[in-house]
Amino acid sequence: MRRDFLAVTGLVGGGLVIPSAFGRAIAAEALQSTMDVAIKKRLADAALTAATGAGASYCDVRVGRYLRQFVITREANVENVVNTESTGVGIRVIANGAWGFAATNDLSVDGVAAAARQATAIAKANSGSQTAPVRLAPVKGVGEVSWKTPIVKNSMEVPIKDKVDMLLQVNAAALAAGADFVNSILFLVNEQKYFASTDGSYIDQDVHRIWAPMTATAIDKASGKFRTREGLSSPMGMGFEYLDGAASGKFVSPNGVINYGNSYDMKEDAIAAAKQARAKLTAPSVKPGKYDLVLDPSHTWLTIHESVGHPLELDRVLGYEANYAGTSFATLDKRKENFQYGSDKVNIFADKVQVGSLGHVGYDDEGVKTKRWDLIKDGKLVDYQSIRDQAHILGKTESDGCCYADSWSSVQFQRMANVSLQPGKAKLGVADMIAGVENGIYIVGDGSFSIDQQRYNAQFGGQLFYEIKNGKLGAQIEDVAYQIRTPEFWNACSAVCDESDYRLGGSFFDGKGQPSQVSAVSHGSSTARFNGINVINTARSLG
Amino acid sequence: MSFPTEAELKAILLKVVAMSKADECTAQITGTTTGNIRFALNNVSTSGIVTDTELAVQVAFGKRVGIATINEFNDAALERVVRRAEDLARLAPENPEFVPAVAKQTYRPTNTFSAATAAITPEYRAKMANASIAPCKAEKLIAAGFLTDTNRFVAFANSRGNYGYQTGTALDYTCTVRTEDGRGSGWVGRNLQDSTSFNAADEIRTAMRKASASADARALEPGKYTVILEPAAAAGLITFMMRFFDARQADEGRSFLSKKGGGNKIGEQVYDPRVSFTTDPWYPGAEVMPWDEDGLPREKMALVEGGKIANLNYSRFWAQKQGKRPVGQVGNLLMAGGTRSTADLVRSTQRGILVTRTWYIRMVDPQTVLLTGLTRDGTFFIENGQIKYPLKNFRFNESPVIMLNNIDELGKPVRVSADEGDMVTVIPPMKLRDFTFTSLSDAV
Repeated sequence: MRRDFLAVTGLVGGGLVIPSAFGRAIAAEALQSTMDVAIKKRLADAALTAATGAGASYCDVRVGRYLRQFVITREANVENVVNTESTGVGIRVIANGAWGFAATNDLSVDGVAAAARQATAIAKANSGSQTAPVRLAPVKGVGEVSWKTPIVKNSMEVPIKDKVDMLLQVNAAALAAGADFVNSILFLVNEQKYFASTDGSYIDQDVHRIWAPMTATAIDKASGKFRTREGLSSPMGMGFEYLDGAASGKFVSPNGVINYGNSYDMKEDAIAAAKQARAKLTAPSVKPGKYDLVLDPSHTWLTIHESVGHPLELDRVLGYEANYAGTSFATLDKRKENFQYGSDKVNIFADKVQVGSLGHVGYDDEGVKTKRWDLIKDGKLVDYQSIRDQAHILGKTESDGCCYADSWSSVQFQRMANVSLQPGKAKLGVADMIAGVENGIYIVGDGSFSIDQQRYNAQFGGQLFYEIKNGKLGAQIEDVAYQIRTPEFWNACSAVCDESDYRLGGSFFDGKGQPSQVSAVSHGSSTARFNGINVINTARSLG
Repeated sequence: MSFPTEAELKAILLKVVAMSKADECTAQITGTTTGNIRFALNNVSTSGIVTDTELAVQVAFGKRVGIATINEFNDAALERVVRRAEDLARLAPENPEFVPAVAKQTYRPTNTFSAATAAITPEYRAKMANASIAPCKAEKLIAAGFLTDTNRFVAFANSRGNYGYQTGTALDYTCTVRTEDGRGSGWVGRNLQDSTSFNAADEIRTAMRKASASADARALEPGKYTVILEPAAAAGLITFMMRFFDARQADEGRSFLSKKGGGNKIGEQVYDPRVSFTTDPWYPGAEVMPWDEDGLPREKMALVEGGKIANLNYSRFWAQKQGKRPVGQVGNLLMAGGTRSTADLVRSTQRGILVTRTWYIRMVDPQTVLLTGLTRDGTFFIENGQIKYPLKNFRFNESPVIMLNNIDELGKPVRVSADEGDMVTVIPPMKLRDFTFTSLSDAV
C-alpha cells in the first residue's frame, strides 16, 4: 500500500519536526561527504570472515550511509530545513538453512564481526522451526564494481539558500496567480550503499532521488468552498537538473494543460495550479455513469502501481503479507493458465534499469544485476516479481533483482520494481486518441486512491478532469472518481499512445512489511484509453 | 537493555543546556526498545529487537532555529551536537512563526508505564506467536500476524527552566486468519498499555471464528444500509476526521470546520447530540504523556460536546495570533457511548450489516471529509437480531460527519488497534443508518 506519508509523520505541521525515522540530523555540508571505499571493504570482509567462521554458508553485508534533506515551505515562510544521516552495517546470513540478520552502527572491525556472529547465531536459532531450508537462486560474484545514478547536478551540493529561494519564488508565483495558500517541499535522498557477499561481489553504489511536491489552495470565503490542485511533477531518480524546467521535458495536452517528463518547471506549474484550483471552485459537477477515460501518465502511474505492481509481488501472492498489505487475486494458478489480465493492448514490464526512474540501480540489495522483464504480455499474465530465495517457487533459475531494504538496519526483502505500461507500437498521439472518444473524461494527475487487500476493487480520483464530447475536449469538471475491478479495467484498455508520449510517475514512500519499510518506485506509461468505466460523483452536502 | 536513570538523564540535559551560547536551548533524550515478532503461513517469519537512544538539541538565535541530534553521550559528543545545532541555526532563514520555548511547567504525571509490558522477552513473543498459530493449524486455518511491544522514556529540559521525564509502554497485536481455500478471512486486533490482561490464545478465537464464518459470502446489492461498525472499523474513519480538527486550517477556510464567510465552527452543531469527543491524558487505560511535542501540558478537554464543536487544536503560533490560551496538542481521543456491546447492538437490529474492519481509507473530498475504503475480514448480514450469513466485502464512500448524524445507537467504548495512525483511541461500536456502500469487492 502507498502510505499517506505526510499525515503519518506530521511533516505537514507547522513546528520543527525531525523526521527521526530517517536518522540523525546533521549539518548541510556533511551531506556532501562520502565514505572511503577501502574502509567499507575492510568492514565487509570482517563480517564475511566472522560469519563463515561461525558456520554461515552464505553471508551478505550492506554498509549503508543514507542521507536525506527536507526543505518545507508555505507561502513566504520556510517551515523547516532538516538534514539527516544514518550510517551502519546490516548483515544477513544463512546458517543451517535459515536466515539470520543483525545490524550495528558500530563501524569498527570488531563491532561488525560481532554483529556477523550474532546474525549467524540467530540463523541457527531460527533453523529449529524452519520447515524447509532457504534456497537461493545462484548469483555469480562480480568482484569490485561501482555504480552511480546518472545525475548531472548533485542535489546535496546545491546550497540551502538556493533551494529556499526557489521554493519561495514558486510560492510567490502561485499566490500572485490567485492561490490563497501554497505549500512547496523538496525531498532529497542519497543512498550510499556498499554491498559485499560470500559470492565474491563488492558493489559500491551511489543512488540519488528527488521529489518536489506542491499544493495550491483556492478558497471562496462566501460559500465556504475550497479546492486544491497538487503539482504535476513526479519523484525521480535524478539530480537537481530535474528542476531546470527544460522545454524538452514539457508535454502539452490538446487543451493546453502542461505535463512534465524528465524536467520540471515548478514555477510554471505553480501558476497553472493556482488558476486551476480557482477554476475548480466553479467547475460543474460530473454526471455519474459510464465513460471512456483518457488517462494521462501523471495519473496512470498510480493505477498501475495499485492494480498491477502490488498484486504481482510474489510474497503477497504467497501470503506473507496477509496481515498487513494483503494477499493477491493473481494467484500462481493464474500464471500457469496465462490469465487474461488485460486486453491485447496491455503489455506491462518490470525493470530496475530505466534511466530517471526511482528504481534505477546497477545491482539490488542482494547483489543481483538489475534487468527488465515482462509481467503481462499481450494482456496475458506471464510472470511476477521475485528475489533470490523465491525464484525456485516459480521454476526460475535467477532472481529478478528487486530486493531492497530502506535502511542498513532493516532486512532486505522483495519490493516492487518499476512496473510500467509499454507504449503502443502504432503511431498515436493524445489529440488523435481524444478525437476518437464520443463520451469521455480526460484525467490528469493523481488524486485519492484506495484498493482492497487482494487488489480487485479500486477507486481513483485525480487532479484535473475535462469532459470529452464527440472527440473534443470540453470544460473542466469536478467531483470525479472512478471505480474498477482490476481485470475488467485492464481488459477495457482500447488504446495506448506511442512512445513519444511516454513518461514516468512514481511514489517516494511505498509502504510494505511489518515493521513497515518504505521504498521508491516509478511507473511509466503513455496516455491510455479505457472504455466504459464506472464514474461516481463524490460531491456531498454537510447541510 | 536497561535505560539510563532519571538522575543520569537530567544531568546530561542540564549540561547540554548550559553548554549552549544561543538565545535559548531545548534538549531532549528519548529512548525506545521495540520488540516484535511476525508470522505468516503458520510460521514465524521474522523477529527482532531494536534499541535506540538519541539526544536532540534545538537552539535559537532570535527567530533562527537549528536542530541537531546524536546518539553518543560523552562530553565531547555533547559539545559537538550543541555547536552543530548552533551552526545550523546561524545558517537558517528566520522563521516568522517562531515561538519561544515553553516556560517552566508543572506536569501531573500520567500512568503510561506497565512493568509487565516492559519486561516482555523474546520467549514471550514466541509464545504468543505460537498461541496464535497452533489453534489455527489444528483447525486447518492459516494465521498471519504481528506483535510489537515498546518500552520508552522521554526526558527534556530547556534554558527557561522547564523539565520533564516519564516512561511509557505499549503492546499492539494484530492477526489475520484465513481458511485454507482462501474463501474466509477473519481479524483481531488489540492495543494495550499493560500486557497483563493480554493472551493471544483468547484473542485468536475471534479471528478464527470470523474466518470460518465468513466463507461462502453472498453478494448484496451496494446501496445505503444500516450498519454496525465494530470499534476498530469505526476508528479508521473517525481518526481520519480528527486530523482536520485544526484551528488554523478551519480559520483559513480550508476545512469542513470552516464557517461560511470566515472563522471556524466552534460552538456550532455539527453532529448528532449524542456525539461527544474528549481528550484526557489521565484517562484510565488510555493514558498518554502529560505534554505534547513542544512540552506544553496536555489537559482534559472536550472537542465535541453534545454534537457541538467545543475546541480545536491550536498550535502555539496560531493560539498566540488568535489570542487564545495555548493548550497541549491532543494525545488521545475518547468518544462517549453507551453500555451495550457489539453483540447487544446486533441483537436489537432488524436488518443491517456488521463490519469487522475497514481498510485502505483515503480522503476523497476534504470539503466534506468524504472518505473511501473497504470492509475486510468479516462482513455479515443481520436479520431479526441474528447474524444470518457472511457478505462479500463492500467499498464505501462515506463522510464520518454525515455518518455521525445518522446514529441509531452507540455501544460501550473500548480501546482499539488501528491499521494506520498511532493515536490512542477509545471508541464505541456504533449502529448507523444509511451508510453508503458504492460497489462490491471480490476480495477475501
